[in-house]
Parts: sequence; structure tokens; C-alpha cells
Amino acid sequence: MADTNGSRAANAAKANGGPVTFLEAIKQAMFEEMDRDPAVVVIGEDVGVYGGAFKTSEGLLEHFGWERVIDTPISESAIIGAACGMSYLGLRPICEMQFIDFIACCFNQLTNFVAKGHYLWNAPAPIVVRGPSGGGVHGGPFHSANPEMYFVHTPGLKIIYPSTPYDAKGLLKAAVRDNNPVLFFEHKFLYRRIKEELPAEDYTVPIGKAAVRREGRHLTILSYAAMMHTSLEAADTLAKEGIEAEVIDLRTLLPLDEETILKSVKKTNKVLVVHEDTKTGGIAGEIAAILCEKAFGDLDGPLMRVTSLDTPVPYAPTLEDYFLPNAKKVFAAAKELARY
Amino acid sequence: MAVDIVMPQMGESIFEGTITKWLKKPGDKVERDEPLFEISTDKVDAEIPSPSAGVLKEIKVGEGKTVPIQTVVGVIDAAGDGAGAAKAAAPAAVPAPKVAPPAKGAAPAPAAKPAAAPPPPQAARPSAPAPAAAASGPGAAAPSRPAGERIHSSPLVRRMAKEHNIDLAAIPGTGAGGRISKEDVEAYLAGGAQPSADAEASEPTAAEFAPPAPAPQRAAAPPPPPATSGGQTRVAFESAVPREKMYFGNYEVQPMSVMRQRIAEHMIASKHVSPHVYSVDEVDMTKVASLRAKSKDEFEKRYDTKLTFMPFFVKAAVAGLRAFPTMNASLDGTNVILHKEINIGIAVALDWGLIVPVIKNADEKNLLGVQRTLNDLAERARTKKLKPEEVQEGTFSITNPGVFGGLFGLPVISQPNVGILGLGAIEKRPVVINDSIAIRSMCYVTLSYDHRVVDGAIAHQFLHKVKETLENWSEPIL
Repeated sequence: MADTNGSRAANAAKANGGPVTFLEAIKQAMFEEMDRDPAVVVIGEDVGVYGGAFKTSEGLLEHFGWERVIDTPISESAIIGAACGMSYLGLRPICEMQFIDFIACCFNQLTNFVAKGHYLWNAPAPIVVRGPSGGGVHGGPFHSANPEMYFVHTPGLKIIYPSTPYDAKGLLKAAVRDNNPVLFFEHKFLYRRIKEELPAEDYTVPIGKAAVRREGRHLTILSYAAMMHTSLEAADTLAKEGIEAEVIDLRTLLPLDEETILKSVKKTNKVLVVHEDTKTGGIAGEIAAILCEKAFGDLDGPLMRVTSLDTPVPYAPTLEDYFLPNAKKVFAAAKELARY
Repeated sequence: MAVDIVMPQMGESIFEGTITKWLKKPGDKVERDEPLFEISTDKVDAEIPSPSAGVLKEIKVGEGKTVPIQTVVGVIDAAGDGAGAAKAAAPAAVPAPKVAPPAKGAAPAPAAKPAAAPPPPQAARPSAPAPAAAASGPGAAAPSRPAGERIHSSPLVRRMAKEHNIDLAAIPGTGAGGRISKEDVEAYLAGGAQPSADAEASEPTAAEFAPPAPAPQRAAAPPPPPATSGGQTRVAFESAVPREKMYFGNYEVQPMSVMRQRIAEHMIASKHVSPHVYSVDEVDMTKVASLRAKSKDEFEKRYDTKLTFMPFFVKAAVAGLRAFPTMNASLDGTNVILHKEINIGIAVALDWGLIVPVIKNADEKNLLGVQRTLNDLAERARTKKLKPEEVQEGTFSITNPGVFGGLFGLPVISQPNVGILGLGAIEKRPVVINDSIAIRSMCYVTLSYDHRVVDGAIAHQFLHKVKETLENWSEPIL
């Protein structure tokens, strides 16, 4: 579809140089994918007229029209159900959860239906479900969730949780092009806090590939999303104490990039997993099991984890600070592990 | 017939030794008393002679490994010439007759004895100090950790041990709760443990102690806590500041050799048990210097050994010790042991450390005898040919920082002595004699002594006796 002269969407969403925020990267990805493929539609609450609660779909309606930018009633279940039906008719919907916490409302749709389509009928639903997640912005118990692990436990889905604008754009584009249902988590703490120069040309980032963000040899810190930055900050401090942490950004939680993880563990022999999700049932436990199964002989220390506490996300700012992992906690755990 | 080669007991208080080098390969023919392997303990580095003639059948303990005394480290097939057949398998099998009889510490039953009362004071030559025997007695095979204690490691460490064919019991753990970590194994491997009998230089130069294997320890290297090799005095390796604070800029980490670790332990122990007091005196060496200058060429020609200043000091110390026997003593609890022999340990600086061989019965030797013994001991210290008993049973010691240009030094007492004499450099200085200024060869001598046993009055009189003996030298040199 040709760019319309003077279109707000075009001006706002096109990659036209200069560093962009995580939000803008998401916006660019959706714009470019819709631009590239007429089958791509956006559906969600307030995504059209209002331009999305975080303005990620601002200008899309104006540019692509109401048939491809669809406002829905407040029913997440309806969004997923409609998107699934559209996907079977050849469309590639991008569904927005206004806050990812509400994905629980369409849990049945996603786990019992969307995720099983490929297995049951050889009919995978090429839908993307995306939305703002995570805490640290004083959103309280209903607007701060990290519900990724409910879905990591669900075969048939792909789960992406990026940490940088570049990855967010590249992975969202890859998700749209993927023929499987993909859940795409966007950490809202990162939305406006980091900026990055993005390539002008079309690119994607492969799903299922972790990225080594910092090389090190004394221990491996596995993390993703906002905690990836926290881990990098801790790694800087660790380096001053002579401890070189390798920081790996998982990027995709399902399928997990075991190859990259195992390669790093072979080198460092010690693993710390840092995630903002609560501890019990978090991805750290899964990684611990994988290491026991596949790298037991490479371990020179116990897998350690720094996570949020096993409670709902508190509303009080001081309590939320206490609840969340931070660089200090990561530093302390890493140091203990390095000395183990 | 198979003859076991055992790790000899290289001194009373030694429970283990490290095999630094095998001089023979399995299959090699060996003569009885031919050097078979080299070991390193806290006291000496030594070549251990073969207990028997025959063929080296098996090496059970590889290079770099530390094992308790009496551990069988290899087997010789005695090829029927019967040389050492009788000794086979018996735990008392001693590699060389000269080595201190290990049976005392090793034989399980008799070892119970040390628990008995302290040695009777009249025992002119107590066979083995009670505490040492007690410690080594019960477990002939006492490993570096208490028997039966679980070795804490990790899956990785166990895998590495398997791959390198090393016994984890030999590796001291520095991780949490004494766990053996990857770094410990790497340090152990880097510390010269080449299980594949790799013929490398046997002289442990400074370079050899530098870790060859670990990744270049430069840019903010990991400070893995260094491993001590089976030492008993952990306090010797404590740091006064957080370890992180020591690693900055560019640096290189050199693991301490076994000898270095033992020196550290000994120094800490000595400073811990003995309240050191220091006294300094000044000796006019002009007479000795001129006598030596006059006779040294002839001396060397006649006796084929160099004449140094040291034997003069040894003889002077002997005179002092004879006059003040409390200086020639050891302290056992509330008993002062006055030694009847005067055995003077001489500190010998080595490229790789320090050792104190002992001139036994120095009081019975003339200047030539002392000099000869001295030169012989020093030479063999440098070539690692000292026998364990030659570094034991010292009753007093002398160290010579002056040889490196020091005005004087205040040495730490070599236990279980109660005193050590330090010699400064001999230099010409203006000195007032009978109200006129003369140029004399002067030397500061210092005495460090254990104030529990020796008081200042005795110490200064002793020093004065040393001074007097040197300044009025009367013994003929040639």
C-alpha cells in the first residue's frame, strides 16, 4: 500500500532516522507489517479512534481504515475469539491487550483453542497477542502482571518478551509473519525509557534465539525484558569487583534457546536467572531443570535466582520496590554465586 | 617381588608430601638408592632414593599430588635380586635408611604412646616430640581432611577430576564451606600437577610457580580464593582487607609454592607463640676481616673450600651459647628444655624460598669443620639434596641479611628455638677508639629472642660474648 502524503501515521510510524523508543518501535513494526501485508489487521480495545492506551496504534486507523483497525468491546475473550476466526479466513490479526493482566480473561481461548489448532486440525492460528506488561511503574496489582509463564506451559504457543526497541520491532515483525500464535509481551517500564537507532530497511529478529548482551566468564546471568537492563547494570558493578558476568537476553521464552544457554554455562559453569515474574513457577525453575538434564557436569554451583516475591504486585511504591528485583539484589546474588 | 614405594616422613611435624617429579618411568630399571622421585614438603625439597633395585612397575601417585606420609606412591618389581624384598609391603618400608624412621608415626599401635607424659627431661635426645607424633599417629593415612569427612565439590569439579585423573582428597577447597571449586582444581592443575609424566625442568624457578594454565589474570581477573596446599594454619593466609581490594590495575597472580606456604605458616606461628624482643650490638670485625683476607686463598687451596665470614659468627655464637645455655633452649609448656647439643641452623636463601639447614654439634667442630659443613649444606640446599634430618633439631639459628646489604635485620625466631642471631653488612665505618677516630670494619648484630625464656640481661650478655669472641679472635684459621 502506498504511503499517503501528509499522513500522520506515515510521519509518526515510519522509520525515518534518529533513535526511537520501545513504543515507537512497536508502532513502526505494526505500521510496516500492515503496510507490507494487507492481511495484517489490528484489533483491540481503544486501538482505533483513541490510538491505544499507550498510543502504539496511533494513526493506524487514519492510515489503514476501520476495516483493518478494529475497536472492540471490553471483552478480551471476544478479541481472541474474533482474531482466531479471522486467522482461519486468511487474516493475520494483531490483538492488543490494553494491559496484559487481562489476558487472563482469554486464557481459555488461548490455551484450549488457539494453542491446539495446529495439533487438532493442522490449522495453526497466525495471530499475535501483544500488550503492556510488567511492574515498576506503580501500576498496582491489576496493571503490572508478568503472566508469561501461564502460557510458556502451553504447547502450541510462542512467547516473546523483548528488552530493546530493535528486538521489539524485529521480533514483532517476525511474530506477525509466523504461522503460529505468538504472545508478545511488552514491558511498559521500557516503553519510554530506552531509545535506540533502528535500521531504515525492513528486518526481523529470529524467534527462539537468545542474545549475549555482555560477555563474561565467571557466571552467566540469564534474563529478559526490563530485568535484562537491571542485570546489565549489576554486571557493570560486578566487573568493578573483578567478577565478569555474561549477560544473556532470552528474548524468546518459548521455544527457549537452549543452545545459547548451554554454551554459556559450559564456559562459566554458574548460572543466575533474573526475572521480574514471581519466583514459584518462573522460567528460572524450568532453566534449572534443563541444566540438570543437559549440563549437570558443567555446573560448579547451584542455579540461583533473583525474582519478584511470591505475592501480587503491591501498589504502595515502597512495597513495590521491595517486591521487585533490582541491580543491588542481582549484584549480591551474583557475588555470592561467583564465590560459591 | 613387589616392593612398595612409600611417601617418607620428611620431618616430625609433617603429615604429607607433594610429589614434584618422578625421575623414572614405569618400566625403567632402578638401582637401590638411586633417586626415584622428588618431593616437596614444608621442610625440604628432596630426592627420594629407591628402596630397592628392580624395575619401576607402577606409579600410583602422579606428579603434583600431595599425599599423606606412608601412602604407597608406586611399586617396584624387585627382580629377584632380593635387595629390598624384605621390606615389601611392610608399612615401615623406608625408602632410604637415612630418612627419619617413619615407623614412629606410622605404626598404628606404638603411636598411641605420645599421649603419655611429656618426655622425661633427662632424655638427652627425645626421639620425637610428643605433639607431632600425636597428631600423625592415629591416622597413618591421615589425609588433608579428617578421615570420613565428605568432600564437597560440584558436578563440574567431579567431572574435571575424572578427566584429569586427580584425587579430590588432595585438593584443598576454598569455596563456600571448604567446597572444592572449579578454580581450586584449576589452581591445582596449574600448580604443576602434570599427571602425564611430562618431563619438565625440575628446578622450580620463579616462573614455574606462575600459573601457566589459568586464563591471563589481568583485566579484572576473577579473584578465585587461592588454594593452600594442605596447610594446617589457615590464619597464615588471612587478609586484612577485603580480597577485592587487592585486585586492581594490571597484575599477575602467582600461587604460593608449598615451601612458601609453610614459611608463611611457620612465621605466623612463631610470631604468635613467642613474644619477640630485639637487641642490637655492634661488632668490630677488623681483626677477623684481616685474618680472613690474609688466609682465605691459602685456606681454599689447602682445604678446597671457600672461607667466608659465617663460620666466625657460628663459632662466636657457639661461645655465646656455651656461656648462656638458656639461649640454646626450647620451651615445652612450662618446661624449658636446655639442649645439650649446639646445633646451629643457618638460613639459606633460595631462588624459590628459604631453608634452614642445621650444622649439628657445631660446638665440636673447628673453623674448618664448620665452614665445610656450611658450604656443603648450602650447596645441597640449592640443589635440593638436603635430607630431612638436616633441617631438623636446630637449637639456635643465624641469618645473614647483611649479605644482601642490610645494615641489620630483626629476624623472626625459627621455632622451636628461643633465639636467632641476625648479621648486618660488614662495612668500614669511622669509629672512636681511645678518643681518636679510626676506620674499622663494623658489623651490626641483632638478636631476636623469646622473652618467655630469655630476658634482656641474658640476651645482651650473650651478644656481648659474641662480640667479644669476634673482636678478640684467637682460634687459628689454617
